[in-house]
Amino acid sequence: MELEGRWRDLDYLLTRQGNVVGPGFEPGPEIREFLHNDCRVLVVGAGGLGCELLKDLALSGFGNIDVIDMDTIDVSNLNRQFLFRMQDVGQSKAEVAARRIQQRIPGVTVTPHHCMIQDKALDFYEQFHVIVLGLDSLEARRYMNSVACSFLEYDEEGQPDLATVKPMVDGGTEGFKGHARVLIPGVTPCFECTLWLFPPQTKFPLCTLAETPRSPAHCIEYAKIILWPKERPDDSFDADCEEHMKWVYDKALARAAEFGIQGVTYQLTQGVVKNIIPAIASTNAIVAAQCTLEALKMVTMCSTGLNNYMMYVGTDGVYTLTTPYERDDKCPICSAGITFEVPPSTTLQQLIDQLVADPDLGKHLSAPSVSYGSTNLFMRGALEAQTRPNLEKPISDLVDGDGSIVHVNDRKLVAAMKIRLKFSGSTNGTMEM
Amino acid sequence: MSREASLSGDTSTPTHSLALSGEMAVDKSKRYDRGIRVWGAHGQEALEAARVCLLNAGPTGTEALKNLVLGGIHSFTIVDGAKVTAADLGNNFLLTADSLAGSRARLSNPWPELARYVEGVDLASAEDQLHSHVPYAVLLAKAAKQWQEQHDGKLPGSYPERAAFKDMIRSWQRHIDGIPLEEENFAEAASNAHKVWAPPTVSPELRASPGFWVLVAALRRFIEGEGKGLLPLEGSIPDMHASTQQYLELQRIYRAKADADAAAVEAHARAILEGAGRDPAAIPAADIKHFCKHARYLRLVRCRSLAEETGAGSCRGGALRAALAAEDTAASAALYVLLRAADRFHQTYQRYPGSYDSEVEEDAALLKSQAQALLAECGAGGGAAGVADDLVGEVCRCAAGELHVVAAVVGAVAAQEAIKIVTGQFVPLGGVLIYNAMACTSSVFAF
Repeated sequence: MELEGRWRDLDYLLTRQGNVVGPGFEPGPEIREFLHNDCRVLVVGAGGLGCELLKDLALSGFGNIDVIDMDTIDVSNLNRQFLFRMQDVGQSKAEVAARRIQQRIPGVTVTPHHCMIQDKALDFYEQFHVIVLGLDSLEARRYMNSVACSFLEYDEEGQPDLATVKPMVDGGTEGFKGHARVLIPGVTPCFECTLWLFPPQTKFPLCTLAETPRSPAHCIEYAKIILWPKERPDDSFDADCEEHMKWVYDKALARAAEFGIQGVTYQLTQGVVKNIIPAIASTNAIVAAQCTLEALKMVTMCSTGLNNYMMYVGTDGVYTLTTPYERDDKCPICSAGITFEVPPSTTLQQLIDQLVADPDLGKHLSAPSVSYGSTNLFMRGALEAQTRPNLEKPISDLVDGDGSIVHVNDRKLVAAMKIRLKFSGSTNGTMEM
Repeated sequence: MSREASLSGDTSTPTHSLALSGEMAVDKSKRYDRGIRVWGAHGQEALEAARVCLLNAGPTGTEALKNLVLGGIHSFTIVDGAKVTAADLGNNFLLTADSLAGSRARLSNPWPELARYVEGVDLASAEDQLHSHVPYAVLLAKAAKQWQEQHDGKLPGSYPERAAFKDMIRSWQRHIDGIPLEEENFAEAASNAHKVWAPPTVSPELRASPGFWVLVAALRRFIEGEGKGLLPLEGSIPDMHASTQQYLELQRIYRAKADADAAAVEAHARAILEGAGRDPAAIPAADIKHFCKHARYLRLVRCRSLAEETGAGSCRGGALRAALAAEDTAASAALYVLLRAADRFHQTYQRYPGSYDSEVEEDAALLKSQAQALLAECGAGGGAAGVADDLVGEVCRCAAGELHVVAAVVGAVAAQEAIKIVTGQFVPLGGVLIYNAMACTSSVFAF
């Protein structure tokens, strides 16, 4: 039977004991049955990486796959997003991709979700055993990271409660370069721990654009950022509208001619305006396969896992570097509690003000609410009037003592930030002033 | 392992051949936009004109094929179901110039026009506005000159010297009441100071063309003659904080020099063609310019044939022994030995190690002795470094099975390398890539 043959190679790994395996690996046919019948995997993004991920997961024994993507198919996707055809242009990526995988690979169920990742509630994400990210934006990655970390709970010794760990695998590519990494909240660094891995985006200062343009990109940005709002204040710029792009191109060309700058082309104009990242099929295939392999290892333990970040560069021969990055114990998203030192006499209002003013923590906060265990200390909205009197009370009256952890919530956060209060001047944990 | 398996056997002819034609009517520049941004329009044209032969349409081969089709290659011949000898594959040989002087940093060695321009910028008398818009390339050239004058013509070498060099640049900033003004161009100069002592590295691009060797010969004549030991100038400069006028003037000087260098190389090329009895105009001027622009990325990549790779006594034992002993390459080197040992195992026993559940352990012992024999033949036997039993066991556990995802990685690398060779861009793999999916590491070996 065709299916028997198809899983033979995977079964060697899943049914035979090995020397290089993950913790607790017990070989047997149940593993593949679990993969096929019970394991739930979510693919975030049905683009270049997403198409590969769906195929790779389906051909690695995963039987129940969900895919979420808000985008529709564009002609320029066809050089790498192999599940799409010319006639699919304009349709939902998630829906077409799911249909194609089911047609090609019998026995696999792919459920599409054509919406934004923010449209789904946390309990949607909670049902998956593993989440695989095929995204092209840092913001979306940070969002998914905070979703995964929101389930994480620590026990009283400060160890992550494994039942609450929602593992993720993340891939990214640009031209011949790429990365694959595993994110196990509470165990490996989360995105927020290693934000520095993402270089800041190049943004040109306005004065350069307006006064000292030197490159074709400066001229294009000038046309888009300065001329468009001035000359077409009633039109909102649409990067997918050819007339709009042509207008920016023509204006950039004129600006370049005025300053004697060479090199403004229509292709460059599109690249600058849409911040297009070059992308090719082979790099996507390499990164997606690596990510799928890690998802397979996480679920089956059939081999050792990636620890925890692999970089790939294919321009000069083939080069990879695998690095065990370390967690940031002050990470506001995944740590067991960020230590925050205040005198015990500090009022709740003062504590909130200091948190918002903190250079690291304040970035994640605008109008926080605070709770302690199951007690709401101060809540915005319906409970505001009821909890407002607490604002004037010293924090030492509201919590058990030095080392207490309060939860700070905010609309900027997906999940609560955990703050471990350290009372200054206090040495033995008593609350005396 | 099956990739290696496909390398042995008898000669045969293609069993079937087919050509895939893409949806040609599509606006190609749109469809292939994301790839064109990597390898340019001429790279895309090369892909569309290429004809690729795929040997063995197994999981790895078909993954390679998919990525090549997506890249824009339309014509394929697929050879499957037959045995192919290594000899049929021929020598995979991509030669580039190896005799070239490395590109030296130009800022410490300016040509006369650049030197004059740099000399003409007088920092002391410049108004504040002008002072803060002098391009960092000019600042670095001035700093290099001053440093060399004070240090017997040498450039900063040690870490303290380099730090002192940067401090010198910063000390040139204007002060108000003893407090240095924050001038962005000086900050840029300090952070780009390495360009004075190290050649910049950019992603490589090189186009092989029918006249390639003529161009290499012309380049050699240029280096020995007009270039005075240097490669032709590339001609482009990065963006830097500067006034439009100063930046464009500097850019003009670089472009003019690059044009002059390219013209000199072109003259050599035309003379060489004529001397060889060929049409002096056989190579388009645009190709020569392109070649000069990317001359600094020329590399010699000499790949061995599969027969050379797998023949008896083919390995340089010392290199293999060193790779087996070094911590970061030990596992990859052991896998290299084991993959070759598994092929020998197959030749001896007509099955791969681990093919039957009941014989996995016995096969491990047999595979290990094949590996030891191979090491001994290579002159890498004995000594403490060898092949770890854990890995011998894992090779038997997998029984030459091809996990789809491992095939996808290796197939994609194969496609990537084919694209490099077809487009004549980037640097192809110069040896055997071993991908270790257990540890997510890789090594490239040329034993």
